[in-house]
Amino acid sequence: MRTRFLEVDTSKGYLLLLGLLGALLAAGLGAAWIMEHHGHHVTGMDNQIVWGLPHVFAVFLIVAASGALNVASIGSVFGKMPYKPLARLSGLLAIALLAGGLMILVLDLGRPDRLIVAMTTYNFKSIFAWNIFLYNGFFLIVAAYLWTLMDRTVSEHAGRVGLFAFVWRLILTTGTGSIFGFLIAREAYDAAIMAPLFIALSLVYGKAIFILVATGLFRGTGRELDTSLLSRLRVLLGTFIAAALLLTAAQHLTNLYAAEHLAAEMLILRDGGSITQAFWIGQILLGSLLPMWLLLNPAFRGNCGALLAACVLVILGGLATMYVTIIGGQSVPLELFPGMEISSSFFDGEVIHYAPSLPELGLGLGGGALALLVVLVGVRVLPFLPDALPSSAAADD
Amino acid sequence: MSEQPIDRYRRRLLGGAVAAGTLTLAPGVFLHRIAEAKTDAEPVTSIVRWGLLVDTGKCSDCTACVDACREEHGWHGHDRPRSDAQWIRKVELRDRSTGRRVSLPMMCQHCAEPPCVDVCPTGASFKRADGIVLVDKHICIGCRYCMMACPYKARSFVHEDLTDQKPHSPRGKGTVESCTLCVHRVDAGQQPACVEACAQDGGGALLFGDLNDPRSAIHQALATFPSTQVRADLGLDLGVRYRGL
Repeated sequence: MRTRFLEVDTSKGYLLLLGLLGALLAAGLGAAWIMEHHGHHVTGMDNQIVWGLPHVFAVFLIVAASGALNVASIGSVFGKMPYKPLARLSGLLAIALLAGGLMILVLDLGRPDRLIVAMTTYNFKSIFAWNIFLYNGFFLIVAAYLWTLMDRTVSEHAGRVGLFAFVWRLILTTGTGSIFGFLIAREAYDAAIMAPLFIALSLVYGKAIFILVATGLFRGTGRELDTSLLSRLRVLLGTFIAAALLLTAAQHLTNLYAAEHLAAEMLILRDGGSITQAFWIGQILLGSLLPMWLLLNPAFRGNCGALLAACVLVILGGLATMYVTIIGGQSVPLELFPGMEISSSFFDGEVIHYAPSLPELGLGLGGGALALLVVLVGVRVLPFLPDALPSSAAADD
Repeated sequence: MSEQPIDRYRRRLLGGAVAAGTLTLAPGVFLHRIAEAKTDAEPVTSIVRWGLLVDTGKCSDCTACVDACREEHGWHGHDRPRSDAQWIRKVELRDRSTGRRVSLPMMCQHCAEPPCVDVCPTGASFKRADGIVLVDKHICIGCRYCMMACPYKARSFVHEDLTDQKPHSPRGKGTVESCTLCVHRVDAGQQPACVEACAQDGGGALLFGDLNDPRSAIHQALATFPSTQVRADLGLDLGVRYRGL
């Protein structure tokens, strides 16, 4: 049976959601305006914690973006036919999440008006500069991929373009992880494991968001959805969470083994207050162990509620993970003089406590709202969604 | 024994000769310094590498260097210590095992391999050929990646509006800044403000000069006495060195 793709209708619920997200986006833009107008001193960020809550949201969305493409890759690259009807939505969601993340990143710059400078003046030794290429390239490649998926005249190229997009997304997440991996003087970063860790995390976050968005869109537009297809993703998602946990364990155990990193590890694992709580309760318990239990326990097989709950937990855990990584990593005092106690008027040697401000939260949520708005508008104007995914379409693996 | 008129005459003659000599040579020495200064048309070269030696033995609890820098570059704060800029700060150290205390100024270390320059996406962070690490405020986008990368916490982000800027040291809200080694003074053949202030009001703990020039006082001091680079393990080859750590 051939899958039919149809635009969604503008129902009352659709418009209401559009309005809500629009309001959230407007609030985010307003927050950014306040930050730029008054300067960053109105935020919780300062010269000690230079990247704050906006980066937590931005990096989460950017990492999730590359993972969201994974469902399309499973179809195109790994040849699993049942996922093909969802490939278009997967590509759209990937573009949308990246757009949301980049909006936050750009609006948090000290000089967002100089975006054109960032786009035209490059230092190729900087992984940030490479990332600008990787992000822009991702937009173009995924757009081309969507074209091959949606236009029959070029559909013969879908496999090749899909493979290229898959490789590109792996490089992209490597670049995002390396932002932290290349920080030579920060105890909590400066490790090659950041890149593969971020790839594992991207598969987790992207898939969880995809499952939630797909379920929401199918149910919200009254489309038939055989949940067995999404359930197939359950084991995969559970496995990816396990992989991310393994890499996280390797990261922390390696640091614990080295005396020079012990203080930094103790801060995150034991003494960091909200950072420690975010790690154990947010990242490990709610974001990893509980969803794994919900996903891999045979008792919940076929239970859609458990799957969706696991996805929500993964997203919350993902934000906690980014909080621990970005804020926690900066809270660790720089070790300028090993073996010496250090103090100064610039908070040398002190553990920095960060309190996020409302504008930062607004900007972060605004980026998330933009991502969902792009999806909502996308499925309204172009045929991204199958009109139904009955069980027969999902019969074969 | 009474003084002979001839001795008095001799002394006067010698005194006059010394005075005349001083008057003749002093402008020459002074002008030579000016002549050593680079003209605006002249390119900066890597023949020179400007550096600073901090003698912690002479560094007391005073903040003459910090005050002079703040005055020179106008980075007066807003009484918000967490977000106010600090181009140079006094750091107090205490050895955990012996309790020995050391006080020293910490600022941009003007690395030969600066991580801030490596990570800057636009190239706004750059190193001059003579080793001075600077920020081009015109192309800094305020991403703060350099602040994440700097091992010395030497950089500040301008968190709010600026007033009363110094024409020789322009700053920019939303951009990153740090010690310029008083590049405007160095190019004019002068010493950085902190060095001058430390000599006048502090312990004379700062020695500025050309690390590459074997005749320079800083080169000779580094060749004679042991000195330390902060976080030498990072291999960044610093322009600022410390003695007595």
